[in-house]
Amino acid sequence: MAKFDLNDDGFVVIVGSGAGGGTLGNELAQKGIKVVVLEAGARNEIQDFVNDEWNSFTRLAWKDMRTTSGSWQVARDFPNLPAWIVKSVGGSTVHWAGASLRFEEHEFKIKTAYGDIAGANLLDWPITLAEMEPWYAKAEFKMGTTRTNGIPGLPGNNNFKVMEAGARKLGYKQVHTGRMSINSQPRDGRGSCQQIGFCFQGCKSGAKWSTLYTEIPKGEATGNLEVRPNSIAVRIEHDAAGKVNGVVYIDGEGKTQKQKARVVAVAGNSLESPRLLLNSHSSMFPDGLANSSGQVGRNYMRHMTGSVYAVFEKPVHMYRGTTMAGIIMDEARHDPKRGFAGGYEMETLSLGLPFMVAFLNPGAWGRSFTTAIDGYANMAGMWLVGEDLPQETNRVTLDPVVKDTNGMPVASVHYDDHANDAAMRNHAYRQGAAVYEAVGAIRTFPTPPYPSTHNLGTNRMSEKPRDGVVNKYGQTHDIKNLFVSDGSQFTTSAACNPTLTIVTLAIRQADHIAGAMQKGEI
Amino acid sequence: MREVDRRSKIDRRKFLTTAAAAPAAVVAVTTGLSVDGAWADNAQALKPETMKTLARVARDVYPHDHLADQYYIAAVIPWDAKAASDPQVKALIEQGVALLNELALARYKSPYAAVAWEEQRVALLREIEQTEFFGKVRGDLLVSLYNNHDVWPKFGYEGSSAEHGGYINRGFNDIDWLS
Ligand SMILES: Cc1cc2nc3c(=O)[nH]c(=O)nc-3n(C[C@H](O)[C@H](O)[C@H](O)COP(=O)(O)OP(=O)(O)OC[C@H]3O[C@@H](n4cnc5c(N)ncnc54)[C@H](O)[C@@H]3O)c2cc1C
Ligand code: SF4
Repeated sequence: MAKFDLNDDGFVVIVGSGAGGGTLGNELAQKGIKVVVLEAGARNEIQDFVNDEWNSFTRLAWKDMRTTSGSWQVARDFPNLPAWIVKSVGGSTVHWAGASLRFEEHEFKIKTAYGDIAGANLLDWPITLAEMEPWYAKAEFKMGTTRTNGIPGLPGNNNFKVMEAGARKLGYKQVHTGRMSINSQPRDGRGSCQQIGFCFQGCKSGAKWSTLYTEIPKGEATGNLEVRPNSIAVRIEHDAAGKVNGVVYIDGEGKTQKQKARVVAVAGNSLESPRLLLNSHSSMFPDGLANSSGQVGRNYMRHMTGSVYAVFEKPVHMYRGTTMAGIIMDEARHDPKRGFAGGYEMETLSLGLPFMVAFLNPGAWGRSFTTAIDGYANMAGMWLVGEDLPQETNRVTLDPVVKDTNGMPVASVHYDDHANDAAMRNHAYRQGAAVYEAVGAIRTFPTPPYPSTHNLGTNRMSEKPRDGVVNKYGQTHDIKNLFVSDGSQFTTSAACNPTLTIVTLAIRQADHIAGAMQKGEI
Repeated sequence: MREVDRRSKIDRRKFLTTAAAAPAAVVAVTTGLSVDGAWADNAQALKPETMKTLARVARDVYPHDHLADQYYIAAVIPWDAKAASDPQVKALIEQGVALLNELALARYKSPYAAVAWEEQRVALLREIEQTEFFGKVRGDLLVSLYNNHDVWPKFGYEGSSAEHGGYINRGFNDIDWLS
């Protein structure tokens, strides 16, 4: 494993080791480029994972203070936990469930496809599906996504079988065990899924793709990649010409360090990346780095979400087996006749008892709640995930009052549901309940959104510098050796889970960075 | 389908020492583990009546008729230690319980724990739902009651599975009632 010098200014320095940062780091290392990855969290490996929801959350999740405002229910239910994401090497790919879907063609250009929608800040991506396809293929190969590259789908568990039977009765056609970056057979030095059922707590069998035990060790094996855990980036610095030249971070001992850099790539997830750019303001860039458009932190998206759980007469034991290997895709289309633009996916989901009581209906108590929980063994569950629309006022800002232990202002997250999101959620609740009622559900529960697991859009891609923060390669419009490499690049959110697209963009970006470095452009 | 055995496999002494990490004087009690029993008599910071009222509140907030009192008792016992180390917690709990008793006496001429019907007690809890006392006690119960590994089988939840080889050979797809 490489150990690089703080004063060497020849490296690419990446902030964050998750889907975006971990992938970019390995891709660059494979091309012979030296990379330092600064990761705020500790290095927890597979043997450190526990099949215990609260215990795992305490060890892995980002629990540092954040604040919230806006009409979204998360601000009421979880005022200081707007997002459920990871602070550990591997980032949220330690927690993620593995659902790996490509965008539809129209989802790269919804301003064109949907027309103007009042209150939304729609914009077409500066890339098309056709341009992305070869890169999607590379990402699916890398991640071993089922139902691509000849890899068979995962077997359906009880929770899937219930959803599938209901979906068929309703006439849904696109129903299967998903495109999952979870090995259905041994591949890439990792075994196949043991149906452990704790995908969200870190996969103990390593069947699920995570940068922690794929990209990062592969990159380290080249000798070109160093991951520094417990290293919290607090500021990106620049030279007199306005090019970035280093990242200031707090190390595990609480000491301030500065790593010099030739290129900086920010991949701290969509709450932390804009926070870091905003906090790096200087006399030359008083509104923060790469923010001449004023768009840094804006257009925050978190997907239209919700869940439907249902209790049946007989047991389901939904928690047995893969958490999210099951999908109904029929509602993902854009069909304004339903009363909203865009679409949503229905995906199997189970929570263990400890999280179920926390999330089924936050704040609820009494018999209505406890009789629902009494039906836990007989419950099936699905997650609803759909496109939400970018709004300029949904944004991440630096909290004017609250600071973290390093004295850095915390991220303050404001989100109002758009009328389109609310209409879609109601439709999804009805359809989800109908799926379960078709196979005999006794009670169904429209469960409100969890803290955001999909965080997107706060440094969005745009053709024109005035509309967004980065260009089609994730390169900031303002500073050519500063890149954004995570989900915050998303121009719009699409209906599907984001990580395949984040990884795809990172692979493509690595190619661009390597080319630009070779040509001496950066 | 492989079902989950919901019977208790634990003795009460062991249960109280491991689940609740309570002061020794409290856990020494091995009999009479009902809300009205003597288990609370040796509480150190909170009044025994307060402890008993908390246990009653716990069941009224999250009533599961298949859970014995011992699980609710175990869930509230840690408040005694928290109150012993933090006077603000002590005041919060004692004042919250006092308020509840005051409301109960005014309406039913009996302290909260002795009000006869669950509906009547729940009506009192609804009145204090917005107080910090209720919020803290309820929020704590979500973890102290439901994250007790011994209650999981009672809801048919099996907990950690990796050490058993996952569910690949233990019923992940054994549903047999779908038509
Ligand atoms: C429970 C759960 C289930 C999910 N399931 C799915 C799914 O099935 N399919 C899907 O597509 N997506 C899923 N996701 C979402 C997926 O995990 C994220 O979309 C993805 O990991 C985001 O990648 P990222 O690179 O933007 O950020 P992350 O993967 O979150 O990585 C960011 C990293 O940056 C670090 N960091 C942040 N700030 C700093 C700083 N200042 N200095 C140093 N390091 C910093 C963080 O600690 C973190 O490790 C799920 C997420 C969760 C939580
Ligand atoms: S169900 Fe499969 S993917 Fe999920 S944690 Fe278990 S082995 Fe890993």
